Amino acid sequence: MDLSAINPVLLIASLMVAATPIMLAAIGELVAEKAGVLNLGVEGMMIIGAIAGFATAVETGSPVFGFVIAAVAGAALSFLFVILTQYALANQVASGLALTLFGLGLSALMGQSYVGIKPPSTPHVNLGFISELPVVGPILFSHDFMVYVGILLIAATWATLKYTRVGLILRAVGENHDAAHALGYKVIRVRIIAIMFGGACSGLGGAYISLIRVPQWTEGMTAGAGWIALALVVFASWKPWRLLIGAYIFGGITVLQLNAQAAGARIPVEYLSMSPYLITILVLVFMSADRSRAPASLGRIFHASN
Amino acid sequence: MLRLERRPSPSKVWSYITPLVAVVATMIAGGLLFYVLGKNPIEAIRTIFWDPLFGEFASYSRPQLLVKAGPLILIATGLALGFKAGIWNIGAEGQYIVGAICGAAVALAFYPMEAWFIFPLMIICGALGGMAWAMIPAFLKVRFGTNEILVSLMLVYVAEQLLAAMSLGLLKNPEGFGFPGSRNLQHYPSAFNAEVFAGTGMHWGVVAALIAVIMAYIMLGRHVLGFQIRLTGEAPRAAGFAGVNTARLVMICLGLSGALAGLAGMFEVAGPAGQVSIDFNVGYGFTAIIVAFLGRLNPLGILLAGLLMALTYIGGELAQLTLGLPSAAIQVFQGMLLFFLLAVDMLTNFRIRFGKKEAV
Repeated sequence: MDLSAINPVLLIASLMVAATPIMLAAIGELVAEKAGVLNLGVEGMMIIGAIAGFATAVETGSPVFGFVIAAVAGAALSFLFVILTQYALANQVASGLALTLFGLGLSALMGQSYVGIKPPSTPHVNLGFISELPVVGPILFSHDFMVYVGILLIAATWATLKYTRVGLILRAVGENHDAAHALGYKVIRVRIIAIMFGGACSGLGGAYISLIRVPQWTEGMTAGAGWIALALVVFASWKPWRLLIGAYIFGGITVLQLNAQAAGARIPVEYLSMSPYLITILVLVFMSADRSRAPASLGRIFHASN
Repeated sequence: MLRLERRPSPSKVWSYITPLVAVVATMIAGGLLFYVLGKNPIEAIRTIFWDPLFGEFASYSRPQLLVKAGPLILIATGLALGFKAGIWNIGAEGQYIVGAICGAAVALAFYPMEAWFIFPLMIICGALGGMAWAMIPAFLKVRFGTNEILVSLMLVYVAEQLLAAMSLGLLKNPEGFGFPGSRNLQHYPSAFNAEVFAGTGMHWGVVAALIAVIMAYIMLGRHVLGFQIRLTGEAPRAAGFAGVNTARLVMICLGLSGALAGLAGMFEVAGPAGQVSIDFNVGYGFTAIIVAFLGRLNPLGILLAGLLMALTYIGGELAQLTLGLPSAAIQVFQGMLLFFLLAVDMLTNFRIRFGKKEAV
């Protein structure tokens, strides 16, 4: 195996790209979980976003419009979760699974005529000489715009949760929905908004995979990214900035593993491909010792009469 | 205005009716979907639900019903035990794969010896393999409090890679001209999971599924373990006070469901599939989740639900051939079924009332 074939600058630049889809999905899920809703349908919403964004970008030629539609599609699918869990008071775990199974099927159906097509490429940010600086340029200033959108979303979520009234209400609903209800906050309404925000973010994350990271459409292409995003929220102990770190660590492992494959490591490809999933399990084990950070009402059903 | 009112106790009647309502609703919504895809909805529904049983090619497709229902029922019965107790094993697909690999590995180790003990040994190893795979999330949950949903699911992807590694490496057929995949166990009499009654589709996996259903039914209704499972699911705190050992229950539920999923995989690889190959798994482990809910987590219900779900698989294939209905449409159809089930399930616990709430 030839380690010198791995260029550290390119490695860091590409890990930021690898981290972006799970980061986008995870920040949405973090908001939903902060509001007390455990939505296991991230994988389903991501893959719907992936095909919706891909199809739109191919038809219109505009990746930006593709991302917008992907967010809308993710939010639309999450509305099914809203109907099940907020109106029909169904179990959140089962409903999330239903969303994933349904999303995987629906995306395969929608994507039939899009297999093997190349999407329009998303332009990279070009800041002139700043983007051409050695080391710093390729790492920080020459990505596609979604990398920055992801980081901005994390910053915005952090600021909103920490400093605004909206954030306070959201956290109150997630910590104790009965108390929040007694104070006159609309528990269901807050949760609906949080769930749909999560759906939109997942949709963006999915579209990032199909439009930029791969870029192509294949059935089931998210390959567990949505589940990894769920694990990432636990890893981050429900804190936005730790989500960023976690996503980059995870992206780094993915990229290293791919580099090792390309550099011709002696280990068969299949065993290297296991590593992201095994690392996720390992991280979960380390982080689950501290459950105190989880929102107290996470996964519990709210019905005003109780 | 619509308003929900909690029933004093869950309605017995509705708990039987809701699965039927969900199936009918899915047929209507599915019909709409097929209409959007440019097919005649009534013809499509008939092709899926009627033709496999009573249509032109029924003599071919009827045995397939048991072949497909066997693994679904076997896996779903195990899953239902955990789901009842609030223990979410959603990685049955992975346990199914590992069970198949273990079972096939035993057979291939003895090839070409003919002996009576090979098939029973395969059954044991298949079950143990699936169980071991499920014990990973069980152990991590008990020891470190790790979420079993995420761990068991991650292990599905690991198992899929393991399957690829095995069919390209260790278990590859040395006389296979370099093609991926193991030797075909259908041509190895000592390991072949043959039909018990020829032409019925009833192989040993179906027999195992029936035994599992009966055992699970007795256990849930008559055994203290079944009581503990139900108690933990309905009132975790009460279960704690009643002295239920939650850690033990997690191990048992995950271990049992893993063993049953492993068995399903082993019977599949030794029978209908015949060999370990990269595309061996077809999603039974995930569909079984729908089966478990459709059967209302009741073993007898699961038996019926498994048959119905098998019907949608076979009918879907038939519709693909005769009407050109895309295979993904059936996947959507199955997903919709779970949606409708969860949505109408509310009616067992709540009443819908019209009009404004009167003052208390």
